[in-house]
Amino acid sequence: MTDARTIADLAVEVRSKNAGPFWVTMELFMRDAAGYALVADPAYLDASMVARLYGVPADTIQIFRLPALNVVKISFPRPVSQGSLRDRDIHAGQHHVPLALYPLPASAPAAG
Amino acid sequence: MTDSVRVLTPVGMLGAGFPPETVTRGLELGADVIAVDGGSTDSGPYYLGTGTAKTAAGAVAQDLRLLLRAAASAGIPLIIGSCGTSGTDSGVDWVAGIAREILESEGLNLRVATVYSEQRAADLVESLDRIHPLPPAGEIDPATLESCTHIVGMMGHEPIVAALEAGADVVLAGRATDTAVAAAYPLMKGMPAGPVWHAAKIVECGGQCTTNPRAGGVLATIDAYGFTIEPLDPDNSCTPTSVAAHMLYETVNPFSMREPAGTIVVSDATYQALDDRRVRVEGSRFEPAAQHTIKLEGSRITGYETMSFTAIRDPHILGQIDTWAALMRKMIGEWVSRTLGLGDGDYEIDLRLYGYNAILDEIEPDRSPPREVGAMLLVHAADQATATAVAKVANPLMLHLPTPDMSYLPSLAFATSPAETERGAVYEFALNHVVDVDSPTSLFRITLPEAQDD
Repeated sequence: MTDARTIADLAVEVRSKNAGPFWVTMELFMRDAAGYALVADPAYLDASMVARLYGVPADTIQIFRLPALNVVKISFPRPVSQGSLRDRDIHAGQHHVPLALYPLPASAPAAG
Repeated sequence: MTDSVRVLTPVGMLGAGFPPETVTRGLELGADVIAVDGGSTDSGPYYLGTGTAKTAAGAVAQDLRLLLRAAASAGIPLIIGSCGTSGTDSGVDWVAGIAREILESEGLNLRVATVYSEQRAADLVESLDRIHPLPPAGEIDPATLESCTHIVGMMGHEPIVAALEAGADVVLAGRATDTAVAAAYPLMKGMPAGPVWHAAKIVECGGQCTTNPRAGGVLATIDAYGFTIEPLDPDNSCTPTSVAAHMLYETVNPFSMREPAGTIVVSDATYQALDDRRVRVEGSRFEPAAQHTIKLEGSRITGYETMSFTAIRDPHILGQIDTWAALMRKMIGEWVSRTLGLGDGDYEIDLRLYGYNAILDEIEPDRSPPREVGAMLLVHAADQATATAVAKVANPLMLHLPTPDMSYLPSLAFATSPAETERGAVYEFALNHVVDVDSPTSLFRITLPEAQDD
């Protein structure tokens, strides 16, 4: 194991879920304003980064930033139709993991 | 003139269970209506496709008995939406049958209205030009509508209000928006749309908007200026964060949500702690739409599946599991072609390596060798016999396939005998569309037995 830190290290919770049968949505609940500022920075987390992580087109990704809650929310059309042969996560409840395990930049603040 | 309306939501889904004392507590707090959701599309297209419920009848009966008793004792209405998981006519009838038995055995005299929301493809085909896609769907065609085994329209609050105004004590609704179930009664009593719809969204999953979602449901008190929300369990709490965060749950956009009659807008809403367990919400808006729309859901059969499941513990194979899986896919193709004469277009397989990368597959960030792997083979074909034949041809491979560098045949660990399980028909959601309607109730059918004089 390396000691490389990830988004999950600065978050209370990172989760994903279906938003209806055709969309998946994810939320990063960050622990504090410093953690929020980091993931809310488009230079670090933007549609192209999510597109690379999830193999989906960048122009279909919606990102919402909620500073009052220290939350960044990401929604995009489900890449695999729900319940189809290649759907391995019916509720899309485990698809937050690539995002949660994404490395923090070297400039990230220390975990609080 | 009503100053406020209190909506009791005991649980996020009928049949999920709740502590009985939380409902008693809600009645003591002055609940005016009990509203609970009976379904969702969240568990997949099978339930709508078959018109069957995800919940067990016994679990629904247990919740329903407590709620019918509560409604009768307090003399307040009980509203259940999306009955039987997907809100098909069969789902409504299923819950109505359970309710009837309970009313009889408990000696309760409540008038039960049923509101049906199932749609006929032929009727929709006639109004094709009034059906519009929602992203990411494309335009609709008659063949897609006709291929669905069940189609439901998602009702707003209006058909539920119509049933209540006709004298129903209990409304068992087909497919309804999660929010319409809780919004119907306060709207009927003249509460303003902004706070009503926002409150309805917050309560739709019961205790999900509290700091302990497993401790039972919530009570929302809606008035002319906003709403106040509190958990039914005195030891549980709503905080401004727990309430505001619920607008994120299972929504694409956390600031606005479309309903049949308009759009809930919460971007200017404020969340204020009244004490350590109650939250006041103000500033929510509801923007009426120029065109009333009803969302359609439809499910259709895509084929039939057979599943086979074996497991691997041998570190040698696990050390090169990707190589083993690639060889498995190749060998299945060759053996099926040779023995059954079937090619690529005749069937499809999905080989999932549980314990390695089954869930995330190509986007799995961690590729370290696993300690054990469950290999699930799913075969999809146009008919069950073909799917099962392919799975049976694959059986010796699922039992004995070595890696290319092994000089002997290993025996892998089948999980069951027989190894193959027929999954039957499999479904997909085929509709992601809305239909323009002139009347919010026109697509829905309300039945209410005559009042009994006694």
